[in-house]
Amino acid sequence: MQALPYTTEVRPDTGLTNPKLGIWLFLASEVMLFGSFFSSYALLRSGAQAWPDQSAVLSVPLGTLNTVILITSSATMVLSLSAIRARHLDRFRRYLRLTLLGGVAFLAVKTFEYGDKFSHGLAPGDDNFLGLYFTLTGVHALHVLVGLAVNAYLLWPGSRMWRTEPERFANRVEVAGIYWHFVDVVWIVLFPVLYVL
Amino acid sequence: MFLKYLASTDHKVIGLLYGFTSLLFLLVGFVLVLVIRWQLAYPGDPVPLIGGWLGEANAPGGIVLPEFYNQLGAMHGTIMVFLGVVPLAVGAFGNYLVPLQIGAPDMAFPRLNLASYWCYVAGGAVMLASFFVPGGAANNGWTSYAPLSDLAPGAGQTMWLAGMLFIICSSLLGALNVITTIVQLRAPGMTWFRLPFFVWAQFITAFLLLLAFPALQAAAILQGMDRLAGTSFFLPSGLAVSGQRLEVAGGGNALLWQHLFWFLGHPEVYVLILPAMGIVAEVVANNTRKPLWGYRVMVYSLFVLGVLSFVVWAHHMFLTGMGTAVSAFFQTTTMIISIPSVVILSSLMLSLHGGSIRFTTPMLFALAFLPMFGIGGLTGLPLGLATTDIALHDTNYVVGHFHYLVAPGTIFALFAGIYHWFPRVTGRMLNDWLGRIHFAGSLVCMNVIFLPMFVQGLAGVNRRLWDGGAEYVHAQEVLYLNVPMSMAAFALAVFQLFFIANLFLSLRGGPAAEPNPWRATTLEWRTGGEPVRVYRDPYAYSVPGAPSDFVPQYQAEPQRAGA
Repeated sequence: MQALPYTTEVRPDTGLTNPKLGIWLFLASEVMLFGSFFSSYALLRSGAQAWPDQSAVLSVPLGTLNTVILITSSATMVLSLSAIRARHLDRFRRYLRLTLLGGVAFLAVKTFEYGDKFSHGLAPGDDNFLGLYFTLTGVHALHVLVGLAVNAYLLWPGSRMWRTEPERFANRVEVAGIYWHFVDVVWIVLFPVLYVL
Repeated sequence: MFLKYLASTDHKVIGLLYGFTSLLFLLVGFVLVLVIRWQLAYPGDPVPLIGGWLGEANAPGGIVLPEFYNQLGAMHGTIMVFLGVVPLAVGAFGNYLVPLQIGAPDMAFPRLNLASYWCYVAGGAVMLASFFVPGGAANNGWTSYAPLSDLAPGAGQTMWLAGMLFIICSSLLGALNVITTIVQLRAPGMTWFRLPFFVWAQFITAFLLLLAFPALQAAAILQGMDRLAGTSFFLPSGLAVSGQRLEVAGGGNALLWQHLFWFLGHPEVYVLILPAMGIVAEVVANNTRKPLWGYRVMVYSLFVLGVLSFVVWAHHMFLTGMGTAVSAFFQTTTMIISIPSVVILSSLMLSLHGGSIRFTTPMLFALAFLPMFGIGGLTGLPLGLATTDIALHDTNYVVGHFHYLVAPGTIFALFAGIYHWFPRVTGRMLNDWLGRIHFAGSLVCMNVIFLPMFVQGLAGVNRRLWDGGAEYVHAQEVLYLNVPMSMAAFALAVFQLFFIANLFLSLRGGPAAEPNPWRATTLEWRTGGEPVRVYRDPYAYSVPGAPSDFVPQYQAEPQRAGA
């Protein structure tokens, strides 16, 4: 039984490792998922007889805050990757902890927003705008949660790999980072579409 | 010992798990349709033999209730497509053969591969379990059109949505695995145009799975919200049910469901067809002892099919009143997409020309695939044109059309694959005579079942009728056809027993197969596990001057006859 090639090293003619191609393909599928949601939003809104003033229903300041938090956490994710590439485990840990913190803060703000809506008697079934708001941000929040789980794994139990296979571990951080940036990008589209437009 | 196989990350073991599970689901789907066929031929008569097992709530005294009939129809389609044919074509054949044919040690992500299998099992388990909840399984057709499905009482439809989410996760993991494997793990010398056509077919199929299925995932989540959280994404304003105005916010769009469903649904058709074409191409090249005619053009056609399959979906929706401009667009793309299909089919036909054909059992199935798929494809043209579709939409004609593509089409190709690769998997040959009986019986029965559907459909008989059309005046003249069709369906079941017996008997008692019994050129027939290098195109059959009539891809130089 041969070992699988290109798990860590780059295949010369494609310029890729297996995990990197895998995560890009995964994200291509995710683009189609969120693309379907955004198309549904466009169709439902363009066909609606009345559509609420979105920025009056949702809190633009809180949305902006969350946007800032998520972009910051993407930046710290990049810094943690460059730290691990430079073989600075401590610096990597520091930045990844900040990334994790950003994700948690994002979800905390989101939870507060949801609670605020519910306490004002607003529910997904009230109109299609609120329905889409809860569905789309809910699916996105699930993606944030998955990202948090992956990052926490890399920060704690998964970092054992650093001692045995540092190169492969750094690749894992990179792949996790690509996913995290994607989650960030989805929010950057969600925020104007749901809060501002 | 047995558990070891259920948690193995070896692509061959996972392929076999997929194969075994999907064959079981095909059997379940087939049994469902046998009950349907009984009901269509003898509406109101108790189902013989298994009538007592259907449950008093579904079939009191063995007589199928209309509500249960709807469950049978919806779940027959769902199980056959999503749990039977696709997992067999992609999960089993793709998993087992793609790494072998490209000379890879395994799939690129072995653990994701196993996760994909268990997601599939979970989805299948949820689907099957839904038969036993109050109200039974989903009963809104395999397409789950809203608002009917949105408002359907009971947990069946919700479980259908949950099952679909699992199945889509499974195919997502499988698809990215197949693509990464083919891009990254080709053996040295295995250039793109040395890939067997089967691998190309799996490659394009994986892209369709990867990019089309998320649309149904989104749709399932939206419908789940409608059903569980009270939203009205698919519920228009002013909807009334049984004369009562519905207390929902409204403002939704029922056509949104159809768009999302068919955005998945049409590429899905090519997910069913492309691996079948791949199998047939391998079997045809091997048994004509000739290179495939027009291999490159066939590969280009796959690409065209793959791309175009994303822009034809609304030809399923001509009757929705979406507008003539939109209809014109989709009927144009639909006519264009028939061209690459015809190119591939014609190439396979032309590959036969001048070959000294070996009529082995797999070759018989592959040969039958060609005209059967042809009938299915040609009868699709009137459905792709908006004008003629208005008359034919939702009739038995449609049922006949896509069953010709999938049953004597794809499933015949899958049978060809099973007979062809069984010796590779088990080291034993399948019994030839049992295989030939299975083939001849299936071919005759399939045609007796599906050909009259065109006649009924042209007479205007609607599909999904509990009594097979007995209540309708316009159906009376073609009603008698239901009896021979159903008889043929029952006979088809009998002929499948030859196949099942063959599988189990040959597993133990079949004659031992040589390492390369079909004298094939592709890498999966290589013995020994050492790394391989590829030296030539996939179908070096009957090369002039070579010592035998085939030169395997892994053989360095064909030894000259005189040397």
